[in-house]
Amino acid sequence: MAMTGANDCIVVWCGRLPYAEALDLQMQICGLKKRGFDQDVLLLLEHPPTITLGRNAKRDHLLVNEALLSSRGVGLWNVDRGGDITYHGPGQLVGYPILLLRAGERDVHRYMRKLEESLISLLAGYWIEGTRDPKFTGVWTRNGKIAAMGVHISRWVTRHGFALNVNTDLSFYDLIVPCGIVGRNVTSMEKHLLHAIELEEIADRYVLEFGPVFDRNMIRMNESELRDELRRFDGKAGEVDEHIAPRSMPVV
Amino acid sequence: MAIKVTMPQMGESIFEGTITKWLKKVGDKVVRDEPLFEISTDKVDSEIPSPASGILSQILVPEGKTVQINTVLAIINGEGAEEKPAAITASGKVAAQEILEEAGTPETEILPVPPQSEKPELPLPVVPPSKPAEIAPDIRTQDIRTSPLVRRLARENNIDLSNIRGTGLEGRITKEDVLNYLGQHSPEASAGLPHPQPARVEQLETAEGRPAAPGTTPTVPQPPLLASKVHSEVPTIAGDSETVPMTTMRKAIAEHMVLSKRTSAHVNTVFEVDMSAIVNLREAHKAEFQKREGIALTYTPFFAKALVDNVREFPVFNSSVSGENIIYRKPVNLGIAVALDTGLIVPVVNDAHLRSTTGLALAIYDLAERARSKRLKPEEVQNGTISMTNPGSFGALFGTPIISQPQVAILGIGGIEKRPVVVQDAIAIRPMVYLSLTFDHRVIDGAVADQFMARLKERLQGWNRWIG
Repeated sequence: MAMTGANDCIVVWCGRLPYAEALDLQMQICGLKKRGFDQDVLLLLEHPPTITLGRNAKRDHLLVNEALLSSRGVGLWNVDRGGDITYHGPGQLVGYPILLLRAGERDVHRYMRKLEESLISLLAGYWIEGTRDPKFTGVWTRNGKIAAMGVHISRWVTRHGFALNVNTDLSFYDLIVPCGIVGRNVTSMEKHLLHAIELEEIADRYVLEFGPVFDRNMIRMNESELRDELRRFDGKAGEVDEHIAPRSMPVV
Repeated sequence: MAIKVTMPQMGESIFEGTITKWLKKVGDKVVRDEPLFEISTDKVDSEIPSPASGILSQILVPEGKTVQINTVLAIINGEGAEEKPAAITASGKVAAQEILEEAGTPETEILPVPPQSEKPELPLPVVPPSKPAEIAPDIRTQDIRTSPLVRRLARENNIDLSNIRGTGLEGRITKEDVLNYLGQHSPEASAGLPHPQPARVEQLETAEGRPAAPGTTPTVPQPPLLASKVHSEVPTIAGDSETVPMTTMRKAIAEHMVLSKRTSAHVNTVFEVDMSAIVNLREAHKAEFQKREGIALTYTPFFAKALVDNVREFPVFNSSVSGENIIYRKPVNLGIAVALDTGLIVPVVNDAHLRSTTGLALAIYDLAERARSKRLKPEEVQNGTISMTNPGSFGALFGTPIISQPQVAILGIGGIEKRPVVVQDAIAIRPMVYLSLTFDHRVIDGAVADQFMARLKERLQGWNRWIG
């Protein structure tokens, strides 16, 4: 009973997942995708308190020393995604779309704009007006930055993604200069709605926005079903040819 | 031979890139398609593979530097056939890549159906019904074959999911399956909706208007409308009957209702409002409010505040007609219709425009309490400039209230009920309410009334401040 269709995307709500485990899962999926695993995957989850440094991060955007972080139980990771420093934690919806971008989708800017669009659409359903800032990728509201983004692309397979503050404890952002942008606030859906909202409800709604924006059929699975799919593919994958990605995009 | 490695174009309108990391150093052996370097554009870190195999002989652009696309970044001393890194390779391998993009998975048992752009909420292709054997084993594990959203929809509508046959991939129950089931089994599913009853019609009619409190006279002099002239036109019904004289209050209500209908050109407009913001806010803070103020927080103060603020923005709603003049009034004195066991009364919150939402809550509570225990003073039912009433409290979806003379409008608030609604082309469950405005078409036109209501709807839906 294989999942099929070039348009399919598996979506899994993983609940609370430590950063390392999520990274591991992403790398596993990416690895299999490069070996021909045809399914796109969207992981939706929540991390325990974690600070990550992307490829553009400056170490002095971390405002406290590492000993203090570990005493507060906050993890610290260097990550191969774009973007500077950011915080992940409870009450924040993290999304990792692992998509093989198809012909016509192979435009890094367009991918980021679509990610923003899916989040702006989600927020609109809660009467929160999300906007873009041409200088700073991510989703903003009049109260500040509500969603951060940072992505890695390898052979047009995406990983990492976005972090949307739903009920996040924003005091953790005091530990960093968020995304390296000085003088702008960070906000959350809770700050707008004046009440907390269940993360899983937001995850459910996000799936409904992601599908149309990225033109994917969303197929829900739980984590163990996904791992079964991966295991099953891994078992028979063996000697599949490496995929070749075009080295540069033809100028249209 | 020397093979050039150039800066790729990562998007249509991207004309440069920044090298963030060289993954190999000069002198290293590189294999074709092995990751060679990383570039960064706009929060995206892209790993770029090597165009050829060989030895990395020169790095021309260091980490941290930003260059235009097609700039030569490095040279590889290659082995094997000539490659053109800036163009798609001529070998058959690029064909494999295109085939991968176009064709999707090679074999499939189920025909994939392309997603229909008009119905994004039905993302799953339909399984051909001729394969029940493959579907059955999966239906036993219902939980896995539905999404949390579908389960919630079912729960809220009291549907047992095992009664629904899933039409999604591998027997998954989709939202459309649940909604179709709801449509076919509406009596059970709509158990929460009120059924029309004759008694309520009378209640709606009598819940509006402004009769004087017992013993007081209305401020507007009225001809005795219940005189024989009117009644002689009404036919009598023969048969057994009992004649009961009207109470003073009933007489006053009857007279006022007829007078009002004869005076104003009554028109109604109905708007639907999403009350999520206010419902959630109230849920979160009602205990704290109760503790601080000593009274329970209902929805009335929210509607009252929004109405009063709205009236200030549309002054014609706070006016009255006198002959050929329109008299605009400054203070907003808000009448709140209170149903009594013997009739109804409309006490007035004076200077409502000067009160906060909490202030309105306290004033309304006090007036309603004293209205029910008959301790209102005569001046407390006079001088209203605009009114609101709540037919929804008895179960009506919305009402068509009668204007309280000499005002020119009255807002009727229906019951707040959770309903499935369309939000961003998907179904969501939201607490919704119908607001019905009755307005006097002598001075307010339909367009103005609708603008007024649209703005009121905005205020209620966008309620983002705690009243405390």
